Amino acid sequence: MIRPTVALLLLLCPALHAQTVPPGVPAGEVFTPEQIGHALAAPTPQAGRTAPSAVNAPADDGQWTMPSKNYASTRFSTQTELTPENVKGLVPLFSFSLGVNKGQEAAPIIADNTLYVVTAYPNYVYALDLTKPGAPLKWRFAPNPLPASQGVACCDVVNRGGTVSNGKYIFNTLDGQTIALDVKSGRPLWRTRLGNIHVGETLTMAPLVAKGRVYIGNSGGELGVRGWIAALDEQSGKLLWRAWNTGPDADVLIGPAFHPFYAMDRGKDLGVSSWPPDAWKIGGGNVWGWITYDAELDTLYHGTGNPGPWNAQQRPGDNKWTAGIFARDPATGAARWFYQFSPHDQHDYDGINEQLLLDLPFGGSMRKVLIHLDRNGYVYVIDRKTGQVLSADPYGPVNSSRGVDLQSGRLEVNPDKETKMDQEVKDICPTASGSKDWNPSSFSPQTGLLYIPHENICMDWLNLQVSYIEGTPYVGANVHMKPGPGGHRGELTAWDPVNRRKAWVVDENFPIWSGTVATAGGLVFYGTMDGWFKAVDARTGQALWRYKVDSGVISQPVSYRGVDGHQYIAMLSGVGGWSGAVVSGPVDTRDGSAALGFVNVMADLPKYTTPGGTLYVFALPH
Amino acid sequence: MCSRFRIEAGLLLLLPLAACQPPQTPMPGVGPPVAGAPLVRTSALVPGVDREILPRDPRALAYYDNPQAVVDGKRLFQQFNCSGCHSNGGGGMGPDLMDGTWIYGSRLEQIHQTLVEGRPNGMPSWADKIPDPQLWELAAYVRSMSLPRTLAAQNGPTPSQTPAPVPRAVDQDPGWSPSPDTSNDYGTTIVGPQ
Ligand code: HEC
Repeated sequence: MIRPTVALLLLLCPALHAQTVPPGVPAGEVFTPEQIGHALAAPTPQAGRTAPSAVNAPADDGQWTMPSKNYASTRFSTQTELTPENVKGLVPLFSFSLGVNKGQEAAPIIADNTLYVVTAYPNYVYALDLTKPGAPLKWRFAPNPLPASQGVACCDVVNRGGTVSNGKYIFNTLDGQTIALDVKSGRPLWRTRLGNIHVGETLTMAPLVAKGRVYIGNSGGELGVRGWIAALDEQSGKLLWRAWNTGPDADVLIGPAFHPFYAMDRGKDLGVSSWPPDAWKIGGGNVWGWITYDAELDTLYHGTGNPGPWNAQQRPGDNKWTAGIFARDPATGAARWFYQFSPHDQHDYDGINEQLLLDLPFGGSMRKVLIHLDRNGYVYVIDRKTGQVLSADPYGPVNSSRGVDLQSGRLEVNPDKETKMDQEVKDICPTASGSKDWNPSSFSPQTGLLYIPHENICMDWLNLQVSYIEGTPYVGANVHMKPGPGGHRGELTAWDPVNRRKAWVVDENFPIWSGTVATAGGLVFYGTMDGWFKAVDARTGQALWRYKVDSGVISQPVSYRGVDGHQYIAMLSGVGGWSGAVVSGPVDTRDGSAALGFVNVMADLPKYTTPGGTLYVFALPH
Repeated sequence: MCSRFRIEAGLLLLLPLAACQPPQTPMPGVGPPVAGAPLVRTSALVPGVDREILPRDPRALAYYDNPQAVVDGKRLFQQFNCSGCHSNGGGGMGPDLMDGTWIYGSRLEQIHQTLVEGRPNGMPSWADKIPDPQLWELAAYVRSMSLPRTLAAQNGPTPSQTPAPVPRAVDQDPGWSPSPDTSNDYGTTIVGPQ
């Protein structure tokens, strides 16, 4: 018996859902690195070897206690057991279901022979005992975040990990809490709630702990949430200071110690005057990515997110202090310098990606630099004492700008790719999620190369008038993404920051949304969205090993030394995130604008993978 | 066709009643709903009843076969930032609304109820924000997204800009249909308590 009305529904055959992925943007649409890459001086590799300082990257103890491995954020493991010769023998030793089938972006944390992991919402935390076969569960903790928080998370309900410090595992929950658990018992020592889901605020980033303080920042740049970074007392969870990234100088913690390198970032209350009246109150500039502590210079660095709404025509001005980077006093939050990657951003180029702290030869001498791979497509090498940009080169397809003017510091926006309300602007590169999103790179001091996991995606963009309704999206754009030149959507680029060029590139069908880890045995590990976990040769990029896990990979792999002295590689599967929402969320691929335009370029991912969430640990059989 | 007859006959019987007085057959152990407040179910399971539960909210009637309602609903969908979470129907922060699967039911009264009450996993409650007639228009537009006629007007990766009106006939469905290609419908072989 088929009812007549039900028969109508029959027409919705799932096979009809998959739209085809559009062809790649023609290669001639983007600029060459020679056209738009700039540096203040010619390469001087003879001036010294690029490496993090011992203060920021102390001797490797075989653990992995913070997502970035060390303050320098090198994600480099000195373990040498795995090599290009033997890695083909790598096998999974055990796996553990996370019980959550949403995008898993976290790094497993290893301290005192215990492995800690936090899942996507509902943010379960598990502690596994690495001293016993099969790593049995020591304890688990369910923070019970408010379910409504799922509705205000812009891009899947992800969590980028926790960190272990002084006997505590510290992590954030989607509904705005920071929680410190006792590593022995899993019991909360303190819980602080700074995020308010009623205004659209969530916490998705991994807290950074340094010198007795926990640094966190909010998400919500797609909901008109005003961005902030805060410091909590590590012992008590009490708020020590909070700095806003828009508004009056007093709120931004800009005072006499503030010395931005470029004139464009100097002036009183720019966080107000570079916006239409009151627009700064709902202007974004969130801190949902990486915060880095420089133990050498006792300075904190953090990027700021995109300005809101996406429709830039509704917010004329430079929109300080969004889409840039701050250096702050870690004790007080007082700003030391700021540099704006994308003034008056028109393309959702958040400035929140990782910053690696390295000593690098430049202009004939060794400089203390910060390397930042921005969403806008450039590798920035910045003098981290002063905030001066030493070089800025494209590492992916770029046509939204024509390079960075190193005199004024200003990004030279390409007028042809400025976004508009009356016209859909086609083939803007990079796409909204950038040449690269949050997923962090690694650096090997052996090769001197950065291993950048990134995207090769462009987009079409139409601005739409949007009104602000508290707790709902404040976007105002219809976006359709498409592959970049070549048609492949992801790249693993080994970048030589001294000679300012690619050493090698591995093309991937899908955007790479996982981090990378580099090892002293000469390997680089990363995962793909269709579920391969891979090892390549750090010197050549040659594919050496791969293993198919249960779901796409968007997490941060790590390498550690086990109780038995052997080298282990740990990672999470579980596709999702902004790019993987097409699989992890209830999304229909017939609407290319779904998931803020990402669905258009990922419509085929459901043919390759399904939602999942599993911890895997690999080793050589022994 | 027999089931259609049953539903339409039931409609005639129930609809006028629902508006002014409690339903005539109280379930065992369940008190009658408050007089005047239409009962809208967000579950397909009603203990002791093995058949479809019929619509009881007469306010929905004006929004069927109403081309203007869906056009206005589409405008409101942008205006109230529904599109921010549901995109142009394909979903994102909220679930897609165009694939014909429903968590809380597809009937206009059920969608309306979703909009009024909000839903626990992040769907805001709009009762105080949007006037009731506009909530019905939004419900009609949302329902239209998965209609074959609307889907047929799909333009590349962009869902139809010309939503089809919602035929009265679609809400014969209780809101959570079994898969249309299901064979051996239990209803044809098992006779439940009458
Ligand atoms: C802040 C994000 C957000 C906004 C704004 C929003 N929704 Fe939702 N919506 C959601 C989420 C999340 C769910 C899923 C809730 C759940 O499962 O509990 C949902 C569920 C729904 C459902 C139920 C779907 C089903 O399968 O039963 C409908 C219908 C709906 N929304 C329509 C709307 C309309 C119309 C608007 C504008 C008036 C709107 N939504 C605005 C996030 C949002």
